[in-house]
Amino acid sequence: MSGLTLFYTAFTYIAIAIFLYGFLTRIWKYATTPSPLKIPLTPAPVQPAGAVYRIIQEVGFFKSLFYSNRIIWLAGYLFHLALAIVLIKHARFFFASTPVAFHWITTFEIWIGFIMLLPLLLLFLLRLVIDRTYYISIMMDYLILVLLMGIAVTGILTKYFVRTDIVSVKQFVMGLVQVRPEALPADPIFIIHFTLVMLLLIYFPFSKLMHAGGIFFSPTRNQVDDPRELRHETAWAAKG
Amino acid sequence: MAETTAVKTGMPAPPKKAEDEIPQLTGLIPKPKIVRGTAAHYKAYVAKPEIQEKLDFPGSLVDNWEEAAVRRLGELLEKYKSLQVYLDICVRCGSCTDKCHYFIGTKDPKNMPVARQDLLRKVYRKYFTLEGKVLGSLVGAIGFDLELLAEWYSYFHQCSQCRRCSLYCPYGIDTAEISMAAREIMDSIGMGQKYTNEIIGKVHEIGNNLGLNPKALANSLENVEEEIEEDTGAPVKLPLDVEDADILLVTPSADFFALPHVESLIGYAKVFHQAGVNWTLSSTASEAGNFGMFIGSYDQMKKVALRVRQAILELRPKRLVVGECGHAWRIAYSFWNTLIGPFDMLDPKYPRPQHICEFTLDLINRGALELDKSANDEFVVTFHDSCNVARASRMGDRPGGQFDIPREVIKAVVNRYVDMEEDAIKERTFCCGGGGGLLTDELLDLRIKGAYPKVQALRNIMDTHEVNFMALICAICKAQFTKVLPKFNIPMTVAGGVHQLVGRAVVLGAKE
Ligand code: HEM
Ligand code: SF4
Ligand code: SF4
Repeated sequence: MSGLTLFYTAFTYIAIAIFLYGFLTRIWKYATTPSPLKIPLTPAPVQPAGAVYRIIQEVGFFKSLFYSNRIIWLAGYLFHLALAIVLIKHARFFFASTPVAFHWITTFEIWIGFIMLLPLLLLFLLRLVIDRTYYISIMMDYLILVLLMGIAVTGILTKYFVRTDIVSVKQFVMGLVQVRPEALPADPIFIIHFTLVMLLLIYFPFSKLMHAGGIFFSPTRNQVDDPRELRHETAWAAKG
Repeated sequence: MAETTAVKTGMPAPPKKAEDEIPQLTGLIPKPKIVRGTAAHYKAYVAKPEIQEKLDFPGSLVDNWEEAAVRRLGELLEKYKSLQVYLDICVRCGSCTDKCHYFIGTKDPKNMPVARQDLLRKVYRKYFTLEGKVLGSLVGAIGFDLELLAEWYSYFHQCSQCRRCSLYCPYGIDTAEISMAAREIMDSIGMGQKYTNEIIGKVHEIGNNLGLNPKALANSLENVEEEIEEDTGAPVKLPLDVEDADILLVTPSADFFALPHVESLIGYAKVFHQAGVNWTLSSTASEAGNFGMFIGSYDQMKKVALRVRQAILELRPKRLVVGECGHAWRIAYSFWNTLIGPFDMLDPKYPRPQHICEFTLDLINRGALELDKSANDEFVVTFHDSCNVARASRMGDRPGGQFDIPREVIKAVVNRYVDMEEDAIKERTFCCGGGGGLLTDELLDLRIKGAYPKVQALRNIMDTHEVNFMALICAICKAQFTKVLPKFNIPMTVAGGVHQLVGRAVVLGAKE
């Protein structure tokens, strides 16, 4: 087995470990930090089911953003939709044969990569063009978009222009899953694509990308509007 | 160090600048291009040591203030989910950037909600996140220094905690939560704000924001009784400290003598009188307002609220009703049950506490009030949704009752009512510009800028529908609008209370 394979095998495990540990400890923190007072943004649902529905609307449709800024909504929503589809598509690498449940997803051909790439480009440009977003953007906001564009571009290339050998990729991934290292596909484009994804995973828990988990814990959105009916108490506040 | 003294003592009143000109009413609420630094000179006065110490805060900026501030931030991160989550997850999408009335009015980019949050986030990233420690300024992590502290002081006192930004944020990030935390941190290092902290001290000492002692309060109420009797011939009473009454009314102290506030007090009194209920005010709980929220201090807020619990225990009323005040209703509706509940001693048949508009509408719907709408025929009325009522509380049992119930009350007492434009009412309402502890003279120029979007909407409806009365349900809105409307060449009498209108329409004696 080549040194590169060995290196990438270790790198992958470490990246995934960092991602999982970082992500879960962060979520644990969000879940366990108390909310001493009821602060839903009203009008808010008066039943728990309503609060769940409210979060679903935000996660599934970016509802608040839709009513706020249509261009950012369009770019952001298309990007996330494409990202979700691409992620599901990648599941095929984890199965010996693609399960029937995933067949529909293969109808999204190569163009899904462009649907991911173009909105990213738009988000990048919007940051530069609107004076308000230009003012608030920090370097990392651009770098994350560049990283994601890098992933999208190399992904498109492996599929369309370089035609990476899917079978060897699958073997590599299955080897990782079964802790039985297989050779890293000797394709520079694939290796770049894979490296960028690992970098994204490593950086994810320490960054604003935690919005992906944090949105579920936003008290202004997930709380039920019932403070007169139910006395809301938390440990530290009850002591005081 | 000259800079240190400036920070420690607060800036003297700034000279008039070109930026302080009154915004032009053009018919549209604009999305301005940013102009850097236009609001940097607005600085609320810093609290003097004797004010600070009454609230157990350090008298002036402590020596190791950076360290102390970071430590306090660490404690708050453990205590408030909102703060922890919101500091982490903002993606700087920009959705909130054009939504704050202070940004629209001043054009200063640091008044964009996300930029305001980032003043605190700089410190959070630097001391509490791995990315900040490793990547530094690449991810906007900045050490806490006097320059940044001066910016905190300036811009966290240019947020009225109105939550309009939270409405438009994809994650509901609430800048109010951030500015409350920032103010709590500044208090803990001796950089409190004079206006708010002085008032909280007054409540602890005397019982209300205006420093009205029980005797002065009793006098004031007598005067109002005489005034009503002179006007109407009816012996409408404003009882004080009556035990075992049906209803204890807790209302902002401004209602006792400020104008136009007192007109609403007269309105409540007439409603109670006509309904034939036995009601009382309390000299212990002579203030519904609670500025503890503005400085983010749970302890101060609780201490102020406990006066209400004490009054309930002293007077043993059956029901608790709250007068017209925005932030007070947020605290009463959303926080009282937590802070000073449970309200087992009150009658469970009624909401605990109940808003005066809920109370009045209930009477109207039951036909218990004889009303003469024509008494208000000189008015074409519109209604301003106070931010704390609209976005931080409810009335009635359905979401949005806080919009419908005051409007239904108004429509029951006036013949001509019309709403302002959609983008400026209900959950999208603009703050009056004076909330959150900014209702102080040294910030008047800022308050005019902050009022501008709402005043624009008012001007529009005045021009198109001949509106000449904007009904309010908040003591701060009333004080703010009567002060700033004349700056826009709108008479101050356009601003008044909902129960001012109710009071005029109540036909006294009809249902005896
Ligand atoms: C529960 C899942 C997620 C939800 C609900 C969500 C939602 C959002 C929303 C509402 C925005 C703001 C709109 C915008 O600027 O595009 C946003 C921005 C962003 N999201 Fe997500 N997201 C999720 C997962 C992810 C994941 C897994 C990633 C990536 C790796 C990601 C990357 C980004 C990036 C980079 C931005 C900033 C775009 C910009 O620069 O303007 N998101 N997300
Ligand atoms: S809308 Fe929310 S996520 Fe977007 S920049 Fe403002 S605070 Fe950040
Ligand atoms: S809470 Fe209101 S005043 Fe504060 S930043 Fe948000 S919109 Fe502006």
